[in-house]
Amino acid sequence: MTQVTMTVNGKAVSGTVEGRTLLAEFLREGLRMTGTHIGCDTSQCGACVVHVNGNAIKSCTALALDLDGASVVTIEGMANPDGSLSVIQQAFQDHHGLQCGFCTPGMVMSAAALLKENPKPTEAEVRAYLEGNICRCTGYHNIVKAIMAASGQDVSAIAAE
Amino acid sequence: MPKDHGIGASSKRREDVRFLTGRGRYTDDINLHGQTYVHFLRSDVAHGRLHKVDTSAAEAMPGVVRIFTGKDFEGVGGLPCGWQVTDRHGNPMQEPAHPVLAQGKVRHVGDPIAAVVAETAAQARNAAEAIVLDIEELPAVVDMKKALSADAPKVHDDLTSNLCYDWGFVEENKGAVDEAFARAAHVTTLELVNNRLSPNAMEPRVAVGDYNAGTDDSTLYTTSQNPHVIRLLMGAFVLGIPEHKLRVVAPDVGGGFGSKIFHYAEEAFCTFAAKQIRRPVKWTCSRSEAFITDAHGRDHVTKIELALDAENNFTALRTETYANMGAYLSTFAPSVPTWLHGTLMAGNYKTPLIYVNVKAVFTNTVPVDAYRGAGRPEATYQLERLVDKAARELGVDPVDLRRQNFVTQFPYATPVAVEYDTGDYHATMDKLLEMIDRDGFEARAAKSKADGKLRGLGINCYIEACGIAPSALVGQLGARAGLYESATVRVNATGGIVVMTGSHSHGQGHETSFAQVVADMIGVPEAQVEIVHGDTANTPMGMGTYGSRSIAVGGSAMVRATEKIINKAKKIAAHLLEASDSDIELKDGQFTVAGTDKSVAWGDVTLAAYVPHNYPLTELEPGLEETAFYDPNNFTYPAGAYACEVEIDPDTGKVRICSFAAADDFGNVINPMIVSGQVHGGLAQGIGQALLENVSYDENGQLLSASYMDYAMPRADDVPFYQVDHSCVTPCTHNPLGVKGCGEAGAIGSPPAVVNAVIDALHRGGMTHVAHIDMPLTPARVWSAMQG
Ligand code: FES
Ligand code: FES
Repeated sequence: MTQVTMTVNGKAVSGTVEGRTLLAEFLREGLRMTGTHIGCDTSQCGACVVHVNGNAIKSCTALALDLDGASVVTIEGMANPDGSLSVIQQAFQDHHGLQCGFCTPGMVMSAAALLKENPKPTEAEVRAYLEGNICRCTGYHNIVKAIMAASGQDVSAIAAE
Repeated sequence: MPKDHGIGASSKRREDVRFLTGRGRYTDDINLHGQTYVHFLRSDVAHGRLHKVDTSAAEAMPGVVRIFTGKDFEGVGGLPCGWQVTDRHGNPMQEPAHPVLAQGKVRHVGDPIAAVVAETAAQARNAAEAIVLDIEELPAVVDMKKALSADAPKVHDDLTSNLCYDWGFVEENKGAVDEAFARAAHVTTLELVNNRLSPNAMEPRVAVGDYNAGTDDSTLYTTSQNPHVIRLLMGAFVLGIPEHKLRVVAPDVGGGFGSKIFHYAEEAFCTFAAKQIRRPVKWTCSRSEAFITDAHGRDHVTKIELALDAENNFTALRTETYANMGAYLSTFAPSVPTWLHGTLMAGNYKTPLIYVNVKAVFTNTVPVDAYRGAGRPEATYQLERLVDKAARELGVDPVDLRRQNFVTQFPYATPVAVEYDTGDYHATMDKLLEMIDRDGFEARAAKSKADGKLRGLGINCYIEACGIAPSALVGQLGARAGLYESATVRVNATGGIVVMTGSHSHGQGHETSFAQVVADMIGVPEAQVEIVHGDTANTPMGMGTYGSRSIAVGGSAMVRATEKIINKAKKIAAHLLEASDSDIELKDGQFTVAGTDKSVAWGDVTLAAYVPHNYPLTELEPGLEETAFYDPNNFTYPAGAYACEVEIDPDTGKVRICSFAAADDFGNVINPMIVSGQVHGGLAQGIGQALLENVSYDENGQLLSASYMDYAMPRADDVPFYQVDHSCVTPCTHNPLGVKGCGEAGAIGSPPAVVNAVIDALHRGGMTHVAHIDMPLTPARVWSAMQG
């Protein structure tokens, strides 16, 4: 067991991990931050996406040990400082971009990363970017719409609701 | 103006806030003090005799608390089947035992053999690797028709064969159906496969068992769509724990689609083991494990025939289906290919004579049970592919052929034992045609052609029966459960309302939509109504959520309970206003004496109910809390028309969905935003089935599609923006809200639209030899079919 220290959502945290402990496990089990979800074991579903040093990664593919000193942002750190929903989160609620909520943390984290690198993505760009995020509930319609809306685009022409 | 609150408003979902901020509480987020972890050692052969399970080395591994094998479950009940089907000859189906941990034999890859309980999940996994198994591998049966041959290996040695049942429906009509075929002017025949699917809710299953030795109470936290059903099945049939000593909690659940209806071995194990070791036991399923343990869906092989007269009227329909049950009977498996499938074979059409034969077969594969739509997608797919083929053979427009045969008079009693209460199939077809600009299709096809692509348009109808019910009927059909729903409405002294419902939300948004109904009935803000679900300790006995039954059955129970509340509240108001209760009107949260300006507010009445100083105590009990159980007298019958446009790349056979439109009649709609979302999700699953998804076994029973690397889930770039409409409304005639169900329609109606579109594209491209391609329509399959 080795001690790791990192910044998670702006707070310094530390804990002991094994060599094989994944970042996703460290967040969920070590820090009891259960907003990050685990939906697969082959790095395919994207339920576990977090930001590490500003980049979106699948936290099931990173070893906690390798991230000593890193700055991590999870879904728990995405709301505005006053606790209200951020623009992306609010767009997901406004456009019904979630149902069971299980894929949602990863979707929001991916959406935030996308909008950072591409502030006005087209529909095709959003869909292509979400290639690594699986949702079984929404059929993606309202997720894509929510992300486009969060980027400030007018989505009123996209089929209702 | 769209409404901004109450019934009919697209109220934003209150549950979203916790899910969007990482504050959901799913089962895997629950950790109990002193908790242990279990890892199941599972069979890696499809069929084998289990000679020895040697756990001695594993017991000595670090952190191991205890190892359980089948022996520990001798004398404990097996997993029960909740539906008994009677075969064509009046005999009960063959029903094998289903032990919690394998005893004597393993019957599919994934069958649990031993369970290692340890201090950490990693220690449990490590120790499981040290268990030594002596398994004599036996030949496996995978293909259903081979499984029925006389010399096939038997999945269950104590059964007479691998045939679970041979069901005929309606058996008495068989002769008349055959005669109608003999007289037919035209017969269209189609053989097809409804591909096996894995439900793949994004949250893998989890179970946490806990035991309180001080009170002898057991608690199970589990990813379930129906905690009371699990409590009853597990308590009464498996572990012998009476309901008052057993609590089942299904907190936030990350999707179900049917796969979380059933009672699984791991739930019983964790509950059982927690009591044995006197510590909580937690199991978290990995995705790889989910592929070999979650019940699969579909897997039908069918031959279907349609008889038509010289005027193209449908005169008879005949089907023969082989339905895979897998290695054991999952909780509701026998009902899916029979009562949830045969009863829907009339579709939207007035075919007078129908005969359905279903042979259910045991194989060395994962059990198959209900998956979104359950039986109804299989019925719709067969029928709507067949009608399309008939239209092509007869050289008539597929829409016209459908319209000509539509049921138009309601109520309509089908020849397959159900009565459609209401509907308007022309209306949804008209709406669909308006949505898709059918007249513009030729121009779009020409454009595709100029791009070197083949374009096709597929249209179909569907009808489904949902809100599964009524208890007396399903009892006659073999259900070992009632199918009512329950609700308790508790009004607090200061006017807040808590609804405890037997329905369960795992993505459907009940916390929002159910509150809309009660708020609307009483005339208070939605925020004043709280919906509680998912815990047997604080909800009345309910049957849970599946078969698109929540608003139709659970919502009706809630309406009935709220009506009782309103009736009592009016009596209290009458007392406070010194009027007769028959003169009291409730509107916008105010009780008024009709024709006067005398009124009291909702909060005055609720306070009086709990502080009964000025109160008719001789006639009325204090308090304001009512429970209702609602048992519907029929299913509800949503119906609609769907259209898909595809483009095929002739060089690769790759199909692209250009557009998809759905015109549904769901009766009255409580929250249009949520209803559209339900349709979207169903469409993606139906498109996934049609183009991508397939559970595939090799001939030895090894699962080939056992991860997301091999099982093709629909992703964002596989689907378009959908056009959905539910403005055609024929309200259900027999429930108080006039609602139908909307949860499964998308998955039921969409596969035939996609396949019809692909066949259309190929025919337009001159490949008229392609009568059918089995799903999923992968590039390889389409390309091969094109080559002839
Ligand atoms: S859990 Fe990380 S990609 Fe699925
Ligand atoms: S909302 Fe359920 S998986 Fe996306």
